[in-house]
Amino acid sequence: MTLGPGDWSTIRLTLELAGLTTVLLLLIGTPIAWWLARTDSVLKRPISAMVTLPMVLPPTVLGFYLLVAMGPQGPVGQLTQALGIGLLPFTFAGLVIASILYSLPFAVQPIQQAFEAIGERPLEVAATLRASPLDAFFTVALPLARPGFITAAVMSFAHTIGEFGVVLMIGGNIPDKTRVMSVQIYDHVEALEFAQAHWLAGGLLLFSFCVLLLLYRFNPMTSRKAAN
Amino acid sequence: MNTKRTLEKLCIATALLLLTGMVQADEISVAVAANFTEPMKKITAEFEKTSGHKVALSFGSTGKFYAQVKAGAPFEVLLAADDETPIKLEQEGLAVKDSHFTYAIGKLVLWSAQEGVVDNNGDLLKKRGSFEHIALANPKLAPYGAAGVQTLQALGIYDSLAPKIVQGENIAQTYQFIVTGNALLGFVALSQVIGEDGKIKSGSAWIVPEKYYTPLRQDAVLLEKGKDKAASVELLKFLKAPYAARIIQAYGYGMDK
Repeated sequence: MTLGPGDWSTIRLTLELAGLTTVLLLLIGTPIAWWLARTDSVLKRPISAMVTLPMVLPPTVLGFYLLVAMGPQGPVGQLTQALGIGLLPFTFAGLVIASILYSLPFAVQPIQQAFEAIGERPLEVAATLRASPLDAFFTVALPLARPGFITAAVMSFAHTIGEFGVVLMIGGNIPDKTRVMSVQIYDHVEALEFAQAHWLAGGLLLFSFCVLLLLYRFNPMTSRKAAN
Repeated sequence: MNTKRTLEKLCIATALLLLTGMVQADEISVAVAANFTEPMKKITAEFEKTSGHKVALSFGSTGKFYAQVKAGAPFEVLLAADDETPIKLEQEGLAVKDSHFTYAIGKLVLWSAQEGVVDNNGDLLKKRGSFEHIALANPKLAPYGAAGVQTLQALGIYDSLAPKIVQGENIAQTYQFIVTGNALLGFVALSQVIGEDGKIKSGSAWIVPEKYYTPLRQDAVLLEKGKDKAASVELLKFLKAPYAARIIQAYGYGMDK
């Protein structure tokens, strides 16, 4: 027995969720990382701590707060209802938002470290060559921070694929909308459909291994030669 | 001198502790279908008081417990939400032969946390536009979820409502989805929404007529791991006694006889 159509749908959905989350995370995470890398503000530490929180919190904490906040009585739920969007739990959009929060540290930290590694010097040089700050950011900082972006993208993507607890709590297990691979594997195991569980779990294992292998292979930041 | 006496006392105390341990205080783990959470807590409290045994309760979906018992989970007794799982476990040699019995007959209810949402005939189900999500327990794993699906099928509206269905991992999570208002309504167990006075505690409900679904006969079974423990045998006996029967019926369950 191999994978059924239901399994393929969870694979597609999972890739869509991880892909969209990664793109959004790079857009949201870059300004946060830039600010964190260059600020001396007293807010730097509290903001850093907040960004890192999802890394240490159990997913159930995040899932619980999201469920309450996005529910009809919660502040986010009231807002989305007032805006005519409806409620976010049990929707793909809700999962995207949850995933962004859940994977935020995995996007922000590598980018921040890359920005910090550049230092002031190249940007000062760019300024003396009459590059505007925005210009310097796009032509100097971004290219130099490339390894950080690659790490951030790969880690966000992989981490979102591995998401389970949050999805279980706010997803509602709806085919084609919120039933992602990790939940499907859980269901297969519970229903003793070990064959399908093996296919999905084994695939995920192989995929994750390859992703990390590629990351180490292509990311100069992690290779010894570049470090020297 | 002093230390010697303390040591003696300690030895005696330990010996006594061990002895009493051997005589009575069995500790058992019991897997309980999520719908039976509340009555089982009450029954167990009374059982612990009268017998001196300790009972650790785990609540979850029957399908999950079946998988866990097959994988060697350390449960001594299973209170399932169906009558198939216990028999299957007996046949597979994981439960004591012919030890299963029906401890309760579950009732399915369509429930909303809001007043005036669910009518007395479940007609609301046919008005597709009046709700966004309908919650039920994963029908693959939880008998109450399967009963909910059967009801929708019997009413001929399953296919049209399928996109609105959200699944809880078990009947407790399903209840939580509805209580938080994230799903306007859903199928849960009557035991979850019934009050002390036998009326629905809050919100609005339709007690689904039993003709719409296969009876939810909930069987208990003595698992292989519990067969030599006095506590597990006594607990099963206690479940059949008048005290337990009174609680079970108060929670809206039917019983045999």
